[in-house]
Amino acid sequence: MGLWRVILLRLVGAIPNLIGVVVVTFLLTRALPGDPAAYFAGQAATPEAVQQIRVKLGLDKPMPEQFGLYVRDLAKGDFGQSLSTGQPVLTELRQRLPASLELTFCGLLFAVIVALPLGVLAATRPGSWIDHLCRVVTTAGVSLPTFFTGLLLAYVFYFLLGIAPSPLGRLDPVFSPPPNITGMYLIDALVAGEGGLFWASFKQIILPAVTMGLFVLAPLARMTRASMLGILSSDFIRTARASGLSGSTILYTYAFRNAMLPVVTTLGMVFSFLLGSNVLVEKVFAWPGIGSYAIESLTASDYAPIQGFVLTMGVLYVLLNLVIDLLYGMIDPRVGIEA
Amino acid sequence: MSATPAVIAASPASPAAKSGGTWGHIRYVLSENPVTLFAAALFAAFVLLALFGPYIVPYDPMASNTPEALKPPSWGHWFGTDSLGRDILSRVVVAARLDFGIAVSAVMLSFIIGTALGLAAGFFGGWWDRIINRLADTIMAFPLFVLAMGIVAALGNTVANIVYATAIINLPFYIRMARAEANVRRGAGFVEAARLTGNRDWRILAMHIFPNILPPAMVQVSLNMGWAILNAAGLSFIGLGVRPPTPEWGIMVADGATYIVSGEWWVALFPGLVLMLAVFCFNLLGDGLRDIIDPRRRT
Repeated sequence: MGLWRVILLRLVGAIPNLIGVVVVTFLLTRALPGDPAAYFAGQAATPEAVQQIRVKLGLDKPMPEQFGLYVRDLAKGDFGQSLSTGQPVLTELRQRLPASLELTFCGLLFAVIVALPLGVLAATRPGSWIDHLCRVVTTAGVSLPTFFTGLLLAYVFYFLLGIAPSPLGRLDPVFSPPPNITGMYLIDALVAGEGGLFWASFKQIILPAVTMGLFVLAPLARMTRASMLGILSSDFIRTARASGLSGSTILYTYAFRNAMLPVVTTLGMVFSFLLGSNVLVEKVFAWPGIGSYAIESLTASDYAPIQGFVLTMGVLYVLLNLVIDLLYGMIDPRVGIEA
Repeated sequence: MSATPAVIAASPASPAAKSGGTWGHIRYVLSENPVTLFAAALFAAFVLLALFGPYIVPYDPMASNTPEALKPPSWGHWFGTDSLGRDILSRVVVAARLDFGIAVSAVMLSFIIGTALGLAAGFFGGWWDRIINRLADTIMAFPLFVLAMGIVAALGNTVANIVYATAIINLPFYIRMARAEANVRRGAGFVEAARLTGNRDWRILAMHIFPNILPPAMVQVSLNMGWAILNAAGLSFIGLGVRPPTPEWGIMVADGATYIVSGEWWVALFPGLVLMLAVFCFNLLGDGLRDIIDPRRRT
């Protein structure tokens, strides 16, 4: 009962942010200098075409009414049309979103798998080499320009060592994509039971995922270490030690679970980094996600897809934060009582 | 952002730090942490490059020399040459001014506007607080780099707009920091005293509360600078803002991206390394500043 109430409250709490996202994407196109109709019509458009688009977008109407029209279009799933491909923006975003999500989650998975043990080890052995390693990683990690790390990794593992496949796209052209279920090749290949295909797409995703993971490793490891250090020195751990509990019970059952709370909170920031760097990594590895869609549209001065992209990313981020909030409530039951 | 573990809070405060005052503490931190000293030296070097770079470079950064195109590093060209035969070292050095210029102006803008908004929100509370907080939340509701992309794409593809976009996405950090600090102090004794002696609200804010938020703000500025450089380079990497012939680290890396899979590593490597070093320098400096200003948060 309490849990459902918490979920409901969080859902309601996310609504202002969703409204904010919609308002900002609207303002970005309408209230800013320049003629949005000319943007949407493209550079080669005739004045008549521009006028036609102005009427179609409702740009000749007052601002609040325009906003109403914009929201109505969004509700109908009309994100506008891409000029360069002629496709509705929503269709293309939907086709490409799984690729971006797959990459983002793989990057997060890599970061978590490396950062949590690193942080815990650094906290339990202060002053050891692993502590120093952790410090170097956390400071160097946030300084890495993702696009540069990606290029370096591609150079070393593809060009020099030849152990990675060519850094172009999600799948080697000799393979055909698995039957579309989730759109994420790794999962779809597993569902279809095609081991070879899974391995091929796994090899393809490693470098971009590691690139993204390296970037967000730092805040995660830093937070894990700091929070673990704080917990390990607290009274209840001392009591547990004094009561003769084994080291691993103290570490995993008592300390780790409590230390994870601030780490889960950092996940919000981590996702902001991940989704942002997603765009850069997709460009470096020619990954056909929504980020490269936005970049292709930028080059073609095609604004509708960019607007759709910013909106999608904003909504996605709000939803991810919602999930993090809910997760937090599940790890820490006290939150439920307060709310 | 980081929680304050009680254990480290207690340990580093040494007698030297307590007795020597601020300078003693700074000296203590620098001697304890030579990394901060190194970062400060590196920062000075970057500033010199940004100021005098264009006068000391060996080649014209814009002059192409096709017979010399894509040559690996040599005595003539330390960092090699790019696809048009331009000297990469000269371009990397000259780019420092633009990259630093973008970052400094963006961070200054968000510092001034963000701090003012945050102070107002924390000090006056009520509707001010609600509206300004909502603004910060709305900006934070986006992945920040994506929002910057959207802003530059909408406002138009210029360097000035990169500055505005970077300033906007950094606003919430200053708003929240200033708000929290002003909120804590608005009922403090010295504020009451200032009010009783007849100071107006804005004067209390500017003369009595603002100086108190400068220390944490400086840490934020330093950490933000690195992030602003990364952000600007990232935007130009995907083709926003700075236009191609202009030397800029992000564009140069993008330029080199085409050649890295065929083995011409130097085109992307050197601008990328320098970019990394600049960001690294600001992050180290920020951490060092934090140690000086707020010893409890040392990690």
